[in-house]
Order: sequence, then structure tokens, then C-alpha cells
Amino acid sequence: MTTPNKESGDARTDSAATLTRGPELVVGLVLMAIAGLVITDSLRVGTGWGDEGPRSGYFPFYIGLFLLASSSVIVLSALLTWSKSKAVFATREELVPVFQMLVPMVIYVVAMVYLGIYLPSAILIGYFMRHHGGFAWPASLAVSISVPLVFFLVFEKWFLVPLPKGPIENMLGF
Amino acid sequence: MDEINNLFHGFAVALTLPNIAYMLIGITLGVLIGVLPGLGGANGIAILLPLTFSMNPTSAIIMLSCIYWGALFGGAITSILFNIPGEPWSVATTFDGYPMAQQGKAAQALTAAFTSSFIGAFFAVALITFLAPVLAKFALNFGPAEYFAVQLLTFCSFVGMSKEPPAKVIAAMMLGFALAAVGMDSVTGQLRMTYDFPVLLKGFDFLIAVIGLFGIGEILLTMEEGLAFKGKSAKLNPKVVWETWKTLPRYWLTFLRSTAIGCWMGITPGGATPASFMSYGIAQRMSKEPETFGKGQIEGVLAPETAAHAAGTSALLPMLTLGIPGSPTAAVLLGGLMIWGLQPGPMLFVEHKDFVWGLIASMYLGNIVGLLVVLTTVPYWAAFLRIPFSVIAPVIVVICAIGAYTVHSAMFDVVMMMVFGVVGYLFKKLKYPMAPLVLALVLGDMAEASFRQSMLMSQGNMSIFWSNGLVGGIFGLAILMLVWPLLSSALAWAKTTAKAGD
Repeated sequence: MTTPNKESGDARTDSAATLTRGPELVVGLVLMAIAGLVITDSLRVGTGWGDEGPRSGYFPFYIGLFLLASSSVIVLSALLTWSKSKAVFATREELVPVFQMLVPMVIYVVAMVYLGIYLPSAILIGYFMRHHGGFAWPASLAVSISVPLVFFLVFEKWFLVPLPKGPIENMLGF
Repeated sequence: MDEINNLFHGFAVALTLPNIAYMLIGITLGVLIGVLPGLGGANGIAILLPLTFSMNPTSAIIMLSCIYWGALFGGAITSILFNIPGEPWSVATTFDGYPMAQQGKAAQALTAAFTSSFIGAFFAVALITFLAPVLAKFALNFGPAEYFAVQLLTFCSFVGMSKEPPAKVIAAMMLGFALAAVGMDSVTGQLRMTYDFPVLLKGFDFLIAVIGLFGIGEILLTMEEGLAFKGKSAKLNPKVVWETWKTLPRYWLTFLRSTAIGCWMGITPGGATPASFMSYGIAQRMSKEPETFGKGQIEGVLAPETAAHAAGTSALLPMLTLGIPGSPTAAVLLGGLMIWGLQPGPMLFVEHKDFVWGLIASMYLGNIVGLLVVLTTVPYWAAFLRIPFSVIAPVIVVICAIGAYTVHSAMFDVVMMMVFGVVGYLFKKLKYPMAPLVLALVLGDMAEASFRQSMLMSQGNMSIFWSNGLVGGIFGLAILMLVWPLLSSALAWAKTTAKAGD
């Protein structure tokens, strides 16, 4: 009974896996686009020889060309081996936790712009401990409040390096 | 014997009470960074760099380089006890270190790892002591063409020596150069590639890139594996340490070979990670009993650790003498030197003797202190890894965000850190190398300046790069490195066809 179970399990992960070829192509195309931006702007500022020597685009122009050439090779080889390539980028089981980390991180950074660093940090730590770590409220609260507090003392008080603050810190008079 | 005199003078600089305290703080922070996933030598130092701006440069660099030694030591702890490499260069240490721990020989494995790290580093520092002044004196005669040739050699060696496909190495490198060029052109004052976004005026800071690529990227990668840390515990007592030390002298040849590999890979920017793998591979091939490797062979711990530490240390040689770092971590230290107004390169040995020799002396002392610290405190570090990842991961994200923000006190940098984090994850998964990207971002402006100056001298004639034996030799070597992947595949092809002909 164990063998068929195992096989069906494997088949499921196979069908749910993201193949490497997709991300490979996308990254290659993005690099090509960046090369395009570099070359366009180098042409704008001048790639030739000015009055007092090489102009601003002289060096970046070739960098852009090399980037275009190498990313074209990557894109072409991804396209040429498209139907044959079966290399797995990540399975569904691997990608889900990555996004569980990535999405809160993006929200955290956006929140930091408006609320300063302390409150979002406390919420991020508390959220992970409650939601993924299964910690009880007291432990989660204790860690999520004390960690930003320690950073506050170390940076603002000890090393005198100001960190971003929001309306709440302003209200408290910092 | 000038070097010996200078070195003793350096010891006098390094052996003051505050500097020894900074050494201890540095080593402790370094081991912590090495043990925690998502924090490593390069991004750890990048995050702590802003805190040292107010310190005097000698103390600051002593503390920062000690963080580096600590991180090199710390990587071994997680590899052996948890089978999780804390740093990329300790992946090879897991092959035999973890099996040894499973057999109840964790203490021996740890002692062997720490001791061989120490030996590798010690030889590399000795090499720096005697080679650096010579190289610096030699480099005093370098003109812009020679500098550009050396920089070209650095980047071409990445293409020649990386395991990654050459197209990806070149793409990563060129992306670094392109990002370095964004912002104001220091020669003409013109704005480049800012596309009218005011936030891009300052360009991209490589410290932000390092924190994102190595910090956030690593956290995302670690998430994939679902995190159940199941570790072995270890107690180190003096008896085990002594017993293990007694067995080590018989592996002198392994030490010698691994140190040589490490120093070579560190000076040419191969870096600690390939050095550790290469050293492990060669140790296995040369061994009388290669089948015992991977099953808890102590030599399989000694070889990669010696090479990784030798490479990590000798990466500072080209950084100090030529201003060209041999690894991302050396690049971050170089960034620190420039922020303190110290221009790395041959003139540093003339103008800031105290600083240079204080640093070199602190490398000796730092490694001795590091060995003592890790041998005595292993169980406490292992306890750190028993903290669940659901606590560690968000705290490290917060630390990275603080680190990115404090570089320029700019929110945009934190946003860029996230972007670089995603790039780091994708690059790691798609096998793009990250070291060339970081080094190109650091050296981009310098390489461009030396290229333009050479072109000015020759009025745009490329022949300046083979106008004399020295520059021609370096330039030729660079081209050889660049076409090395083609040559080696051509050789392999010739061999197989010759065999088929037989």
C-alpha cells in the first residue's frame, strides 16, 4: 500500500512544481530591458570623444552592449531548450513559505514609510510568532515589544543614530 | 626585516585595551552572524558599518575585520551540529562534519574545524605580512592602464573560474557595472541613467545591494526548506581538544595543500566558497581511503575549513595593496575604508603606516582570540539555533531594514534592499553568481575612471594596454582567463575525439 501512495505523492509535486525555464526567461528579458535603458541613455549623453576626452556614455555604452549580448544568450538558450527543459525551479511546497515571508516583508517596508520603523517591526515579529511559530500571546507580545525597544536604546541612545519614526513616536515626543 | 619592525609597531597599536575590547566584541558579533541564517560576513559588516563612523578608523577596522574572522569561525558550528551551512563556504564542511556529529564525535569535528580555520588564516596573514609591502611598492609605479588591466583581470577571472555558466557571470557583472554608472558622472558632471527620478541621483550604494542580496535573499531561500532545526549538542572540554590536537600533525600535507589553494583563490577573486570545495575534492582524490569521505572523515573537515579561512583572509591582500577586493566581504571593508577617508592602494602603506600595520597585527591577534572564544563558547552558540525560525526570521528582516536605512538615512534604500532581496533569491535559484555583481558595483567607478584616463593618455588608442611588458602581461592573462571556459571545453572535446579515434 505504501508504494502507490508514494507514487501519487510524487506525481502531485511534479504537476505543482514551477519549472526553471519560466523565471529564467523572465530574468533574461528584464536584463535585456535594462541593457536597452543603459544603451539608450549612453547614446543620449554621448558615447564618443568630447572636448576634454571621453564623454559620459563612452564606458557605459559598452557595458550596455555586453549586458545585451550576455542576456540575449541566456534568453536564446532558454527558448531553444524550452520544450526539453524539465529542471524544477521550486515545488509548490517550497514556494508557499517563500511568499508567506515575501508578502509580509513588502507590507512591512511600505508600512515603514508611513509609520516609522518601530511599530511595523513589532507587528512583523508578533505576526510571525503568533501565526507561524504558534507562540502564545504573552511570549509573542514580550518579544515583539522588547526587540524594537532594544534597537531603540542601542541606536538612538547609545550610538546616536536616528531611525525612521512615525506619528506614534512623534506623539510620544521623540 | 623592515616588515618585522613594522609588525611589532603594529602590535603596539593593536594591543591597547580598547582595541582588544573591540576585538572581543567583533569576534562575538561575528560568530553570532556566522551562526544565524540570513546574516553573513558581507551583509553583517555592511549593517554594522554605520555604527563605526564615529569611531577612530583603526579601532573600527579592527572590530569589523574581527567580525569577519568570527563569521568564518561561526559557519563551521552550524555545519557540524545542524547540517545547515551558516555560510556558503562551510557547505563543504557539512559533508564530513555532520556525519562525525552523528557518530558522537561532534567535539572532535568542531576542534578540528576551528583549529584548521586558525591554521589557514595564520598562514594567509603571514603571507600578507611579507607580500603586501612588496606588492604595494611594486604597485606604486602603476599607471591608469596597469590599474585597468588588473581590474580587468579580476573580472575575467570570475568568468574563467566560476562554476556558473559564463553568460550568467558576464550578465551579473555587467548589471553591477550598469548600476554603478547610475547617477552623476564624476568627470563631466552629467547625469546618467537617472531618467529624471530624483532618488536615483545618488546612484546605487553597494552596501544596500549586499544587505538585500545576501540578507533578504538568504532568508527567502531558507524559507523554502521549511524550518525544523534538529541539532546535535556538543560539549568541548580541554581533554577532547587536546586529544584531537595530538592527531592533527599527521595531516600536515592536507593543511599545506589546502592553505595554498585557499591563498591562491583568495588573492585571485575566486573566493572562499570555491576554495573550500576545491580543497575538499583534492583531499578526497589524494587520500589513501577516498571511500571514507562523506562518512565522517576528519580530513574532510580539515581541508575545506583550512582553505576557506586562508581564502577569506588572503582576499584582503589585493584589497589593501591595490584597492581591489578579492571577495564581497573584502569589498565591504574597502567601502568602510573609503568612508573613513582612507584610499586603499599602495599609497596607504606610505601614508597610513600605523593603520595598515595595526590592521595586519590585529589579524594575528584576532584569529588567536577567535580560536579561544569559539573553543570555549560553542554550547551557547548552538543554543541560538534552537530559537525557532519564526522568531529569528522577522528579527533578521528588521535588522536588515535598520542596516539599509542607516547607510544614508534614506527610506528609498530600504525599498531597494527589498528589490535586491528578490533579485538575490532569483539569482541564487537561477545560478547567477552574486560576487561579480557586488564587485562590479564597488569597482565600477574606479574601473571606468582608470579606463578613461588610459584612453586620454593614448588618445583613444587601445594599444596602450599592450604598450609595455607589464600591462601587456596582465592584459594577456586577463584575456586568457576570459576565454578559459572556451579553451577548457575545446580541450575536453579534443580529448574525447582523440579517444574515439583510438
